[in-house]
Amino acid sequence: MQMMTGIEERVRAISESLPEKDGALIPLLQRVQCDQGYLSPSAVEAVAEELGLSESSVYGVATFYAEFKLLRPGRHHIKVCLGTSCYLRGGRDLLGHLCRKLGIVPGSTSEDGKFSLETVACLGCCSRSPTMAIDDIIHGDLSVAEADSILAGLD
Amino acid sequence: MKRASDPQALKEIRKEAEREWLEMLNGDLPLICTGLSTCGISAKACEIQTAIESLLQEQGVAFRSMKVGCLGLCYAEPLIYIKMPNWPLVCYGHLSQDNSAMLVESALNNKINNINHLILGSIDLPEIKASPVPGLPSIWDHPMIKPQVRIAMRNCGLIDPENILHYIARGGYSALTRALTMEPEAVIDEVNISGLRGRGGAGFPTATKWEFCRRAKGEEKYLICNADEGDPGAFMDRSILEGDPHAVLEGMLIAAQAIGCHKGYIYCRAEYPLALRRLEIALREARELSLLGNDILGSGLNFDISIKEGAGAFVCGEETALMASIEGRRGMPRTRPPFPANSGLWGKPTNINNVETLANLPHIINQGGKWYSTFGVGRSRGTKTLALAGAVRRPGLIEVPMGMTLRQIVFEIGGGIPGDRACKGVLTGGPSGGCIPSSSLDVAVDYESLTEKGSIMGSGSMIIIDEGTCIVDLARFFLNFTQAESCGKCTPCRIGTRQMLAILEKISRGEAVIEDISRLEGLADAVKKGSLCGLGATAPNPILTTLKYFRGEFEEHILNRICPSLVCRNLIAFSIDQERCKGCGKCQESCPAGAISGDIKEAHVIDQYACIKCGACLAACPEKFSAVVNRADGKGVVPCT
Repeated sequence: MQMMTGIEERVRAISESLPEKDGALIPLLQRVQCDQGYLSPSAVEAVAEELGLSESSVYGVATFYAEFKLLRPGRHHIKVCLGTSCYLRGGRDLLGHLCRKLGIVPGSTSEDGKFSLETVACLGCCSRSPTMAIDDIIHGDLSVAEADSILAGLD
Repeated sequence: MKRASDPQALKEIRKEAEREWLEMLNGDLPLICTGLSTCGISAKACEIQTAIESLLQEQGVAFRSMKVGCLGLCYAEPLIYIKMPNWPLVCYGHLSQDNSAMLVESALNNKINNINHLILGSIDLPEIKASPVPGLPSIWDHPMIKPQVRIAMRNCGLIDPENILHYIARGGYSALTRALTMEPEAVIDEVNISGLRGRGGAGFPTATKWEFCRRAKGEEKYLICNADEGDPGAFMDRSILEGDPHAVLEGMLIAAQAIGCHKGYIYCRAEYPLALRRLEIALREARELSLLGNDILGSGLNFDISIKEGAGAFVCGEETALMASIEGRRGMPRTRPPFPANSGLWGKPTNINNVETLANLPHIINQGGKWYSTFGVGRSRGTKTLALAGAVRRPGLIEVPMGMTLRQIVFEIGGGIPGDRACKGVLTGGPSGGCIPSSSLDVAVDYESLTEKGSIMGSGSMIIIDEGTCIVDLARFFLNFTQAESCGKCTPCRIGTRQMLAILEKISRGEAVIEDISRLEGLADAVKKGSLCGLGATAPNPILTTLKYFRGEFEEHILNRICPSLVCRNLIAFSIDQERCKGCGKCQESCPAGAISGDIKEAHVIDQYACIKCGACLAACPEKFSAVVNRADGKGVVPCT
């Protein structure tokens, strides 16, 4: 129960720091996720409590939008872009390679907790495709070998 | 900081801003500008900037440093502009750690002959004072820029987007001053004369939209800037927000004055962290100068703007879904009427405009609607920003008068197709658009002509495809996207997109029968007619245009089980030419499936049942041997499990 109190307090503090109270659910979920790394069941419960909503309505929103993660991500989060340009220019091969290398499928985390992988539809950097973002830093014009060396440089 | 409490105070701020701007451009110190938008940063512009600036520091050279947004020449990134005293501002591209020392050395000594291959041209602005340099080309004559007319992108890549004074020095917020002296109806009239239509995709006349909202009953009205650029392949809104955010804010202020709104929102997707950060800075700066808030420029207009971060849903580009998302709900569209102009955000009259639409407004007010309407053709007036990507030599962002042909855009501006491949077509309008075949490249790029061809203008994404792209795979890719992004509210879209995808997957696996084509057409028709919102209604477009222009390729997949472009994995086989293989073992090393066997210096063999068709062996085989081949002759092809 100690942990529950912790997350509730944290959610309350974040909620109070929101500039606007109207339509607060999505900004609150975004900030809680930013703070905690993902939306744990206890975080969702605390958000529901804070805004006077049912947990199912909070889950309804959290599962609708691609941004929200309900599972703990890895220490490094990889987003492989599969927008049209990246898909056509090698993004699919890059994704296949990373899946094999890390032994995971998009939407999951490697066993050692180091990497998590997801696909996104367009990082808006099409002129440099194929692209991927690691911890929100976008790398463009990527070959499989370059992707490998970027991953190798991470702790 | 001084506040722009009235037009006179803004004038004084402008005077000071101009002085600083000119001092920076024409002063005694070298000026180093770095293109720091998302595309530049992904090309390591930050590292190059650090390398160049530390070289200058090592040499004890004092200089000024400035960040700029994206000029649109993304293919040449990272870009650095250097201006030596009395010299033009020269734009250099294709920079790397290897050539930055040479760049500094040559530029400092004005010996640019050594670095001709890095020069893209001199950025000649009227306010720059410089002696002409013989042989130095102007950037405005660059083949990618010359045919352009830059209105929405006027300042992109030229000013520091995090400094409101740069925007003001280049005439910023003068259109607002002017609009505030006009009657709201006169502002709407001016926009009407310009012929401006919504740049987000639908192309609805902006002035008409404003008029609806202005006339709607209610004291409280909202203005929303739609910056939820979810269309894969589109990055014009990101570039404008990262390069010239105040143009969008000024556009919003003009719209607010015309419609009578006091509260605005910018709904920007979370995948654009840099755009969001620059918007926040721009809002803070505008508030500090009292260009947002109460009694703006002493006119009595009260208006402020909040940012709402999207959470990743393509359907939120649709107006009613976007509003549901701002309200904190699942972003699901609803039936119209009531239209947002009468009942929008929180049930109040609401007007939604796209980023590019808004960025055009200051220039329409300053130079007149008539001036703007001199560009363009027919009912498509003005310019359109287009994002070029895919199989093109010069990917990047351009702004051209509407009516230019697709051929001119791809070959003249984009430089044609890389390698010795042929152009197969151009995808316009993203997943809601279609594929225009290379035989129709003379089509004019305007709303009506593209629609006639079965595609749409959409937000302006243009992805060029070459003969290595499989049309069936492409249609499958788009349907996979729309199917995943369908909000699930209405049946035709929820189930129809899934069924269309299932048929396309069958075709690409080589398991379809010829009747599946007519099933696909029937479903496409039903989804088009029966869907609630634009996402569903346009989702069949990629299928319908590809069937119209590339039917033979579908039939080839179905009747002969052949993928002519060597893409669909179940219809291709990788094998090793026993004559050519010298047994170097590179393919064996690269194979993640352990499917290749053979001794060193002996010809290798691929076990077709173990092969996962990743293509790693083809990439690994040295060019001088070229022993690994990708076949689609239907012989010995084993489907992937």
